[in-house]
Amino acid sequence: MITETIDLKTKLISDFHAREAVMNGEASSEFHQKKRAALAQFERLGFPSLKNEEWKYSNVKDLISASYQFNAASSIALSDLEDLKIPEQEANIIYFINGHYSSELSRLISPESEITISSLSEAYKKDPALVNSYFNELTKEDQDAFTSLNTAFTQDGIFINVPDNRTVTHPVILRFVSDARSQNVGSQPRNIIHVGRNAHVKLAEAFRTLGSERSFTNSVTEIYVGEEAGVEYYKVQNESENAYHIGTTHVRMLDRSHFYAGTVTLNGRFTRNNLNIVLDGERCDAHMYGLYFPDGTQHVDNHTVADHRKPNSESNELYKGILRDKSKGVFNGKIFVRPDAQKTNAFQSCKNIVLSPDATMNTKPQLEIFADDVKCSHGTTTGQIDEEALFYMRSRGISRPEAMALLMYAFCADVVSQIKIDSIRTYLEEVIAAKLAS
Amino acid sequence: MLSINDLRASVEGKEILKGINLEVKPGEVHAIMGPNGSGKSTLASVLAGREEYEVTGGSVVFDGKQLLELAPEERAAEGIFLAFQYPVEIPGVTTINFLKTAVNEIRKYRGENPLDAAQFLKMVREKAKLVSMNDSLLKRALNEGFSGGEKKRNEVFQMAVLEPKLAILDETDSGLDIDALRIVAEGVNSLRSPERATIVVTHYQRLLDYIVPDFVHVLYKGRIVKSGPKELAFELEEKGYDWIKAEVEAVS
Repeated sequence: MITETIDLKTKLISDFHAREAVMNGEASSEFHQKKRAALAQFERLGFPSLKNEEWKYSNVKDLISASYQFNAASSIALSDLEDLKIPEQEANIIYFINGHYSSELSRLISPESEITISSLSEAYKKDPALVNSYFNELTKEDQDAFTSLNTAFTQDGIFINVPDNRTVTHPVILRFVSDARSQNVGSQPRNIIHVGRNAHVKLAEAFRTLGSERSFTNSVTEIYVGEEAGVEYYKVQNESENAYHIGTTHVRMLDRSHFYAGTVTLNGRFTRNNLNIVLDGERCDAHMYGLYFPDGTQHVDNHTVADHRKPNSESNELYKGILRDKSKGVFNGKIFVRPDAQKTNAFQSCKNIVLSPDATMNTKPQLEIFADDVKCSHGTTTGQIDEEALFYMRSRGISRPEAMALLMYAFCADVVSQIKIDSIRTYLEEVIAAKLAS
Repeated sequence: MLSINDLRASVEGKEILKGINLEVKPGEVHAIMGPNGSGKSTLASVLAGREEYEVTGGSVVFDGKQLLELAPEERAAEGIFLAFQYPVEIPGVTTINFLKTAVNEIRKYRGENPLDAAQFLKMVREKAKLVSMNDSLLKRALNEGFSGGEKKRNEVFQMAVLEPKLAILDETDSGLDIDALRIVAEGVNSLRSPERATIVVTHYQRLLDYIVPDFVHVLYKGRIVKSGPKELAFELEEKGYDWIKAEVEAVS
């Protein structure tokens, strides 16, 4: 196993150098220098082991023991997507297949006066300085090997800019599809989203898999939230039983801005989500909601950070999970309150229902508070379904499975109701109801 | 309608019911009284099918069916209703949605078509009036943040909606002030009919001022030790339970 571990790392490093050798001058650009530095960091860190505190409960051994064809070509067509039962909706819909932007499948409906959306590679061709000014600025202190790996291999993804004072009417939905029908595939999308002062937008990232070979997605998103801006950002993972997913999102909020995140993991072999929010302004509020339903031997890990750097801001977090069979769940929520961040309000809650004696949930709240005038609270609960409630419902004629489904649905409802893109919420309601009934 | 024969039940290996015999006919109201720990609530729970109680002997026949062989939801569909002593709070499920599911699950059991939204709403409004149940409570999560009185009223409201053949009221009077008690009792009385029967489990006589029983039974140490007409309740109110205990000890 150890040899194989070295293999994927070594292979990635040699891939990088091979690609660099044919870059024809571009290798000296500032953009590439950031990638080269990231590779050096990845080389130094290596893939995390269980000894790494941040990866204590999430073993990537299985993930890195295989090889993946990165950015593989795909013959995916619109008709193939029907198999994924993706709901139709009025939105800007952008498809990435195995990490490649697909202009044929994508559809943009918002005017350019409201929002500019282009693939990262297009945006870089057009204005390298602009892209470079945002690239890796929010992630540069991230010490995670997967983030470094993504930075080093950045090729494509989305680049979005919402100008000051614009409200984007239609949501933006980024669909990342792994076409794993014929081989193990890997992709490392890199997304940069800049939302100007007093601008408002709703975004979603949706991850799906076609086929049953392995897929490995290592995605990184950087979101800049301007003063008084409002951003809603949802992430929906409904991937295959062979899908490995590492997803990292870094957010920086400025004064009086609002940010909502909803992270829903419906399916996937191994999922790790990192959501890092820096409240770098006064009077901002950040909201984080999460939901996960692992079954079988699935593994879902959510790591979140609310980093309060300025006074008078608020963060509010609610994560919920239902674990079945032999599944594993991990929640790690960090709250930092820096010395300047007086009058901070920070709340965190993680609630879980464990339906099987073989399922496990590890929760770890971590509060580091360096200011004295703050209100912080955290709480985690892990329990079984409430038998008394179950009996109450059955005594009214509701069958046990129906009562279970109602109770679990109710458990999820306060997270699902936070999702404000109607078509996504409806989709989730349907998928969750079906999942709970099974 | 209900025929309980030498019913024995234990919880965690401890025998609580030690041979209960009781006959209930349609239209009758039976009060089960007794000191704390005598097994009153256990009897109510066993009839409704609570799983922590293990039935160790005896039989219960309800409308010709062996009740103890049925799951709680089947008992409900057959027409048994237990008004809980401590109604459960269920966040995230509205009272109205809960009841709609219950009504339609019961209809499915009986081979009837589900009620559509309009039919259901019309029926629910009528029943809500019956127990002065505020519309706003129906839209709230089931019992969540309800006062003691509101919870008990909700029990009677559910009973009105489900129209059971046999209603079992488990300490419905506990925690109620006199006004709430009267409203709840009026609701129960309005549902009385020659086809329906009621078992009122209570520690005190005061509920029986409002829901007047045909028979009063005293439960003590897991057995019915005395039965009589409604006047027995007054006697118990006046003299307490000690004389019953003394009578029982003298015999054994």
